[in-house]
Amino acid sequence: TVNEASLSVTPYKLHKLDEGPNTETTLTRDDALKYYREMQVIRRMETAAGTLYKSKEIRGFCHLYSGQEACCVGIQNALTLDDAIITAYRAHGWAYMRGISVHGILAELTGRKTGCAKGKGGSMHMYAKNFYGGNGIVGAQVPLGAGIALAHQYRNDNTVCVTLYGDGAANQGQIFEAFNMSKLWDLPCIYVCENNKYGMGTAVERAAASTDYYTRGDYIPGIWIDGMDVIAVREATKFSKEYCLSGKGPLVLEVETYRYHGHSMSDPGTSYRTREEVQEVRQQRDPISSFRSRIVEANLVTEAELKDVDKDVRKEVDDAVGKAKSDPRPAITETYTHVYHNTPGYSVRGCDAFSVHASS
Amino acid sequence: MTVREALNSAMEEEVKNDERVFILGEEVALYDGAYKVTKGLYQTFGDKRVIDTPITEMGFAGIAVGAAMAGLRPICEFMTFNFAMQAIDQIINSAAKTYYMSAGDVNVPIVFRGPNGASAGVAAQHSQCFAAWYGHCPGLKVISPFSSADAKGLLKSAVRDDNPVVFLENEILYGRPFEMPEEALKDDYLIPIGKAKIEREGTDITIVAHSLGVLRALEAAQILAADGISAEVINLRTIRPMDVEAILTSIKKTNHLITVEGGWPHFGVGAEICATVMESEAFDYLDAPVVRVSGADVPMPYSTELEAASLPQVTNITNSVKNTLHIGESSQGLRK
Repeated sequence: TVNEASLSVTPYKLHKLDEGPNTETTLTRDDALKYYREMQVIRRMETAAGTLYKSKEIRGFCHLYSGQEACCVGIQNALTLDDAIITAYRAHGWAYMRGISVHGILAELTGRKTGCAKGKGGSMHMYAKNFYGGNGIVGAQVPLGAGIALAHQYRNDNTVCVTLYGDGAANQGQIFEAFNMSKLWDLPCIYVCENNKYGMGTAVERAAASTDYYTRGDYIPGIWIDGMDVIAVREATKFSKEYCLSGKGPLVLEVETYRYHGHSMSDPGTSYRTREEVQEVRQQRDPISSFRSRIVEANLVTEAELKDVDKDVRKEVDDAVGKAKSDPRPAITETYTHVYHNTPGYSVRGCDAFSVHASS
Repeated sequence: MTVREALNSAMEEEVKNDERVFILGEEVALYDGAYKVTKGLYQTFGDKRVIDTPITEMGFAGIAVGAAMAGLRPICEFMTFNFAMQAIDQIINSAAKTYYMSAGDVNVPIVFRGPNGASAGVAAQHSQCFAAWYGHCPGLKVISPFSSADAKGLLKSAVRDDNPVVFLENEILYGRPFEMPEEALKDDYLIPIGKAKIEREGTDITIVAHSLGVLRALEAAQILAADGISAEVINLRTIRPMDVEAILTSIKKTNHLITVEGGWPHFGVGAEICATVMESEAFDYLDAPVVRVSGADVPMPYSTELEAASLPQVTNITNSVKNTLHIGESSQGLRK
């Protein structure tokens, strides 16, 4: 194998930019293995979550990220953990990329004490350092992301906030409010529309007057990116971070991708698209298998090495599943904690007048 | 010192005191605030600390909440709380619930402030009290000050609190002068959130009120005193957490209670107080049912007479007190 290789990525489309990200880049062997592993962990973790859901170990909402792995892996690998992230309800992949273990995520989904939000957040509400969720209200995270970027600008700490939303949320009014203020104040905010082609069961063409999401910031420059190409996403994010930090203000990226599962676990995903369509993407554009063949062809890694990674990933996820099914459930007293921060001695009313609880 | 000046000095001190504190909202900077509450602060602190926003409540409230999540301490002014309706999702779903959903990982130290309650002659869309709306929500602290000292000490406490605080001012009170106790003039003057204040001591009946209602209650107490009725007036100061102890202690002394608020009666502040008293040991001390004085159960009309009929007047309070105490000819008893 070689230690690095030159690669070209899918060309970008630009909106109000004279120059875009590099389409020629180098990929190191270490990074190839790292990105491959990260995407496989997320794929495998989501498959496990789907299985846990079907066996009723997971309740409520559960939105899987399978098919979109190149987005979070590509973006995070152009950032540091000092940069901030906020996303919507399809948050598992992001939680993993921001440092939460597979066990922390799956145990949160199964509502265990060991979950990353101690069983209080569930699928849509996971947090880590400079990772602000996981937001269940379509579009609400977008002004929040602008505000996080404002805090970074205020402290002048040379970091950005990547604010993600889906093609469905792209039509929410508050997004345009956030666009306006962030351009007005040149906030270091990278907006990323993860266009997975369907807002719930509504195809983009049936919801948006313009499906060129990278142009919908109007006065904010934008970039269209092939979201199935992890290196294209990485390069565009690198470019965008430099752009924002040079004081030029926000950018709107559209990362065109695809989701394999239904919108959520209650959606079989068959009434608004065909099985053939899903199959075709899986076979021809899958972000993991296409990356796999590229890095093998480039002689960065061998098939045998990737098989070892697969084996290792399988074990990591299987172990996490085991723990997530058997870890202790949260103590009932935890119901009454974390309502207020740094507020000594308050009591919380339970469900009747004879049930009043100390906050700690 | 007027309530407006007291709020202004609280913000001036807190912005000066803590680099993380900044003010944003519509017209807060160059215009000096729609109601002049932020007057002069932009000149003193500049555009990093006092930020004019466009007229987009949901957007700037969300930006303020995001900044708070990321470690700043915004004071987010709504020109009035009526307009905060456009932003209520960010206040409840983003600000109030995140600390709980994150099991303590992300707290949101933010103050949402602005005039609340009925104004004068501006009709239904600009005259409404939101105390009950925000008071309903765990994760929020809700403050409703009365006097200038309240306004200053509570706003400073709100800014220093590590949680989202909804700070409900009253436009009618902005220009009203109150005597400031000497300690309230100092820059470390803090009033604890969650503690009520006995504004007037009495022995015959307790009147619990907040904001402008306290003024009406004090006026009523003075009239009642001429009739030989000694009313104790409690200024709630904080809607959530409510100082239940202060109310119960007073009931045990006076054995009678009425509540006064400017908002609608249904599911309101008075309703919550009634329910809380019913469930407490103080119920046994009551010699008559608790009654509520509130805004009328209608959207706010424009015309002077109709507006007056929609808002709690002093006579509503004196009548309610006399009815409760079975005193005088006005006694009509409760509805059957």
